[in-house]
Amino acid sequence: MANARLGRTEHITGWTFIAPALVLLGIFMLYPILWSLWMSFQVGKGMNFNFGGFANIVRLTKDPVFIRALVNTLTFLVVQVPIMIGLALLAAVALNDPKLRFRGFFRTAIFLPCVTSLIAYSTLFKSMFATDGVVNNMLMAVWIIQEPIHWLQDPFWAKVLIIIAITWRWTGYNMVFYLAALQNVDRSIYEAARIDGASGWHQFWYITVPMLKPVILFTTIISTIGTLQLFDEVNNITQGGPSDSTLTLSLYIYNLTFKFMPSFGYSATVSWVIVLLVAVLSFAQFVIARDRSK
Amino acid sequence: MTDQALPLATSRVERRTRSFNLPNFVARAIKYLLLSLAAFVSIFPFFWMVVGATNRSVDIGIGKATFGDQLFVNAANFFATVDAPRIFWNSAFIALVGTVLTLAISSLAGYGFEMFRSKFRERIFTLMLLLLSIPFAALMVPLFVMISSFKLVGTVAAVVLPGIASIFIIFYFRQATKAFPGELRDAARVDGLNEWQIFLYIYLPTMRSTYAAAIIIVFMANWNNYLWPLIVLNKPEQKTATLVISALTSSYTPDFGMILFGTILATLPTLVIFFLLQRRFVEGMLGAVK
Repeated sequence: MANARLGRTEHITGWTFIAPALVLLGIFMLYPILWSLWMSFQVGKGMNFNFGGFANIVRLTKDPVFIRALVNTLTFLVVQVPIMIGLALLAAVALNDPKLRFRGFFRTAIFLPCVTSLIAYSTLFKSMFATDGVVNNMLMAVWIIQEPIHWLQDPFWAKVLIIIAITWRWTGYNMVFYLAALQNVDRSIYEAARIDGASGWHQFWYITVPMLKPVILFTTIISTIGTLQLFDEVNNITQGGPSDSTLTLSLYIYNLTFKFMPSFGYSATVSWVIVLLVAVLSFAQFVIARDRSK
Repeated sequence: MTDQALPLATSRVERRTRSFNLPNFVARAIKYLLLSLAAFVSIFPFFWMVVGATNRSVDIGIGKATFGDQLFVNAANFFATVDAPRIFWNSAFIALVGTVLTLAISSLAGYGFEMFRSKFRERIFTLMLLLLSIPFAALMVPLFVMISSFKLVGTVAAVVLPGIASIFIIFYFRQATKAFPGELRDAARVDGLNEWQIFLYIYLPTMRSTYAAAIIIVFMANWNNYLWPLIVLNKPEQKTATLVISALTSSYTPDFGMILFGTILATLPTLVIFFLLQRRFVEGMLGAVK
């Protein structure tokens, strides 16, 4: 054991290195978490509240706006995360080919979107996807669509727009993790598979994916957390509309706390729904990943 | 589906033979086509941003994708509408302070957790990883109440403090520290350096790539931060570029020419940092994933 070698002074030095971070985490993370857990059992407006037991949880089940936000958030999650992870993996595998020409260019180009600020890209997407905007013009020019899509006014297309926007912004980010991990995969494995007659698809599915599994799991969980917390994009591109079709849980919490008469207890309860979802989904992803390896 | 998958793993063996092989040629053509499409989709919004800044808002609305002559008009409108030096200074100051403090505190902790292991500290580390999954939305309300009770609303401290001890960055530094050669540390001890000197004079210079990657991640996160500053910065003179430009877009008839000019300015700093540190960024990521 490493700690057997640690002398007493070293032991104390160890604490001094991590103490500043621990103090800050205690104040700005642990304490708010406990506070919010306690708050979720309080009812009342503003800073006047009293113990309400499970009143907030009951209110959740009867709140159509909350159900709406929950369904929207889960829809984004289920549709967007697999698409993005898949695209990022394919791009990483394609770019990992050392003989590919313009590799640096492709890599930088695909990574570039995550350099943009969320506000910059929200603004760009809002203007590009206007009904008479450039995206509709291009799609009509290449005959993919006959008439303009009402991206910002139609509840269905507004969701699609948000998904396109997030995928554009984050695919390159995930790709970098896979590219980094692929550096550690021994190329001779692919040579051997090729000689054994494995097709490209088989190599991808039976070598690349299992080798990258820990990284895929990591990025999936990070993306799940990110999507469950979706706020900036919907607040800036669609403001949650039209008619709440892109309202997410985070946006609803924000509205409950800072737009309407603040009801801290209830918004804390909604935020614990997100915590619960993250916990359950991360756990499920771990279990699924473990089963696959058997 | 095989059409898409095949080109990804074009064999080296086959290519070495260089014999012309039609399916293989088609597969490679499709691969380049798809990559070019991905590159086009990734870059087009940047092109649109630059083109848009030279056009009138009306032309942007009808999707005019050619350069116009309104750049100076849009620039003049932007500088007349917002106090540009102030908002960019606010953004830069918050991003710089946030980045320096986050790197200092979080890299120390990452180093400490890896170099001085003890059973108790390992438990704390595991608990921290669990906390990593708590979404910010859950902390937002209590943090705001806490910051108000500290009378910090509307200060740089309010924006920066909650993010300094970043579990993600601590974790990242701990992973990267695993690659830090133990012989270097032992040699430094023999030379009589104490633990802090080892960190400052041996570890810091050795881990330049790791720090570069972390700078990119943290600087971008701070510069682009939106939700938390939106909550705690309430005075107009303290608003960051992100907040002000966002407010412009939500007006009833947004002047997109002017706004796109603003987004160019808001994107430049992160672009510059990325291109300056790009090589180190890739190295740093490699170090952490290994």
